[in-house]
Amino acid sequence: MTLSTPTPPPSATSRPGPLLSVRGVTAFYDEFQALWGVDLEVREGEVVTLLGANGAGKTTTLRVISGLLRPPSGGVRFAGREITGLPAHRIVELGIAHVPEGRQLFPLMSVEENLLLGGRVARVRARRPANLERMVELFPILGERRHQAAGTLSGGEQQMLAIARALMSEPRLLLLDEPSLGLAPRVTEEVFATVRSIAARGVTVLLVEQNVLEALEISDRGYVIEHGRIVRAGAAAELARDAAIREAYLGL
Amino acid sequence: MVVLQTVLNGLLTGGLYALIGIGMALVFGVMRIVNFAHGALIMVGMYAAYFAFTLLGLSPYLGWILSALLLFALGWLLYRGLIRPVMGQSDFMQILLTTGVWLALVDLAQLLFGADYRQINLGIANAVVRLGPLRVSSGYLLSFFAAAVVIGLVYAFLYRTELGRDVRAVAQNREVAPLMGIDVERVSAVAFALGAACAGAGGALLLPLFYLYPTVGDPLLLRSFVMVVLGGMGSVEGAALGGLVLGVAESLTGYFWTDSYSQVVDFLLFLAILLVRPSGLLGRQRA
Repeated sequence: MTLSTPTPPPSATSRPGPLLSVRGVTAFYDEFQALWGVDLEVREGEVVTLLGANGAGKTTTLRVISGLLRPPSGGVRFAGREITGLPAHRIVELGIAHVPEGRQLFPLMSVEENLLLGGRVARVRARRPANLERMVELFPILGERRHQAAGTLSGGEQQMLAIARALMSEPRLLLLDEPSLGLAPRVTEEVFATVRSIAARGVTVLLVEQNVLEALEISDRGYVIEHGRIVRAGAAAELARDAAIREAYLGL
Repeated sequence: MVVLQTVLNGLLTGGLYALIGIGMALVFGVMRIVNFAHGALIMVGMYAAYFAFTLLGLSPYLGWILSALLLFALGWLLYRGLIRPVMGQSDFMQILLTTGVWLALVDLAQLLFGADYRQINLGIANAVVRLGPLRVSSGYLLSFFAAAVVIGLVYAFLYRTELGRDVRAVAQNREVAPLMGIDVERVSAVAFALGAACAGAGGALLLPLFYLYPTVGDPLLLRSFVMVVLGGMGSVEGAALGGLVLGVAESLTGYFWTDSYSQVVDFLLFLAILLVRPSGLLGRQRA
């Protein structure tokens, strides 16, 4: 698979500090407090997994980062810039693409129109036709279904389209929320292979996954979130060996 | 033959209904707001066309452009000033607000222009055109074609422009649209203003055919609502089809029964659709 996402500029490697840093973020849904001060970091080029049970705050954390949810306290920095409280449509311009849980496509639009929407931001607009061709090459099934309504695709195809749509904005950081949710094991494998190849091309990835072992396998580091707080952090391999984590999330 | 004539008359009226209906469908589709001020906006468009005709001598067949622009501006201001603050609040708040706008506009018209019935006399709208064995009023024919042009323009905007695609994106998935870089607030303002512009153009094109008075839009509000439900909530194509269906149904009612029952038939249709096909004629289940 050839994914020619632009490699990070040379200055990025020498830039001090992580690509993304989340500090002390809280979040509420009405009265319910979902996050109680989340801290995490993602460095340029890393794949980082956020582990946790249902309702622990994984999705909420991603929503705060992409600007869908405004945190009442705490901060988010991206590429050396404070982005806390910026609206989501501004944050995608800065280079964060969010693939939300459940694909969230535009169901009545064609595959092509979904991709065009993914590449509509000003930063990449000039390269949109080229990026569109690259995506249908990269995901041949999307090329075949190019003029078909997105809502008629299978679950796996929809997930591929959701990822391709996000890549259309040439993100530096890709947020992936449960990309394998509801997919057959074979399709799940395909999705993980895709994520791995995206990461291999230099896109930084923050991943939320229920398939804990597979996720850790393609990750550099991981965080464990419980009841809206980060309770563990470490290298992916180390977390995968951890007895408590294996018991909590794998039932082993 | 008389039935055919009745159907044709119904289709011509239905074309105007369709234009009014897509305005309502745009607003509902993008914002999930039932705009109870829609009929009042039609009335404002009608008055605008009336004064453009009496003061400037501008025919409504050109004046609709003026009405549409004026209502676009009014719609934009209404969205920014009044609608936006209640977005995301309960349906009840939104209904109260748009109903308030409706009543305020009607009362304002009453205050400024009085309750008198007004009418314009337009030579080209009073002729009779023969289409084979059928006869139609030139006014209905002209209004129908003008409405078809406006509907075509709206359609071209939605399906041939970037901003139009953004509007459709917000209508299909409001939650995820911001992640594409779409400013949902701006798109909502455009959709509301465009919905109002459709009402304005529709009002102007009704002027050669109907009397004008402050509450003239009220029955059209109810019809718009029926069209939106008939077509599948928020589907623009569906609402256009709903307009034609409504026009023909009312016309046939007038022929087989009596005109005054046409609204009864509107609501029977409305109830039947809700019972049999709640997702509308062109409807689908929303994801």
